[in-house]
Amino acid sequence: MNRLVLWLPLGLFLLFVAMVILGLRHGEDRNIPSQMIGKAMPDFALQPAVPSHAGLALADLRTGRPRLVNVFASWCLPCKAEAPQLMALKRRGIPIDGIAIRDRGEDVAAFLAQWGDPFDRIGSDPQSRVQFDLGSSGVPESYVIDGKGVIRLQHIGDIRPEEVDDIVKAYEAAR
Amino acid sequence: MRRRTGPRLAPGNSLLLVFAFLATPAFAQSSLPPARYAYTQLEDSKQEAKAKALMETLRCLVCQGQSIADSDAEIAGDMRAFVRESIKQGQSPERVRAWLIERYGAWVSYKPPVEPLTWPLWAAPVILLLGGFWLARGRFKRRRG
Repeated sequence: MNRLVLWLPLGLFLLFVAMVILGLRHGEDRNIPSQMIGKAMPDFALQPAVPSHAGLALADLRTGRPRLVNVFASWCLPCKAEAPQLMALKRRGIPIDGIAIRDRGEDVAAFLAQWGDPFDRIGSDPQSRVQFDLGSSGVPESYVIDGKGVIRLQHIGDIRPEEVDDIVKAYEAAR
Repeated sequence: MRRRTGPRLAPGNSLLLVFAFLATPAFAQSSLPPARYAYTQLEDSKQEAKAKALMETLRCLVCQGQSIADSDAEIAGDMRAFVRESIKQGQSPERVRAWLIERYGAWVSYKPPVEPLTWPLWAAPVILLLGGFWLARGRFKRRRG
């Protein structure tokens, strides 16, 4: 019995080593999922980011029809990579609104001119407040909000071409 | 056999290399200046002390090993501004923490709550100490006998 106890520290150490090796091999998931999925979008009202589009407020998301909200910025590189996929989603009939994080009007306008404009409305979030409201930790992120204003899906990072179908499915499910 | 001393790059590849260095880092910088309270202390030193203590226990969202008090990432600056403004409005630090945990999970706080997932963390010191006593007790007994 006492013999076994003597082996305990070594056993614990080996367990620790195994955990480290396992952790290293699996890599790290640095994505922080929002805790707001399934909850109502908090009240917010954002000024228009560009003169060509209206701003965005909670009431605009509670229209009885689900919408895709894309959190983006003109200074964000993956947002440019994501632009064709957003255009594809728009072509498939999904209404998209944008939230521009820490951005300037002229930069957003140039971004839309160069990479395409899938947005119905674009709200400007100069101090990342609505981003915090959403539990979002970076750009780009996309959210499916159902017709009652409940957050149904969070997509972290740029939408890849092979992920477009998943977004469409989530949108259909939110109806 | 000739040994290659290093990677050789075709002209096109060296251009790629240049792009690699020009590429935007993980958190790109926006062109907006920092929020008002990102780098400015609150006027009331008591409130600032409260805000500072809270900021030191909140995790930066993009630079995950740092607190928002230590980080120069823009989103950390915006979080500091948010914390300072909330404290300035008279909210308690624990309420601000709870608000953030509600959105980002307990992950965002460096002060882990006692919950099923974290209880081993809190219990481990006590268990190890008791185990140590138990082992030491056995040794003393043997010596006396």
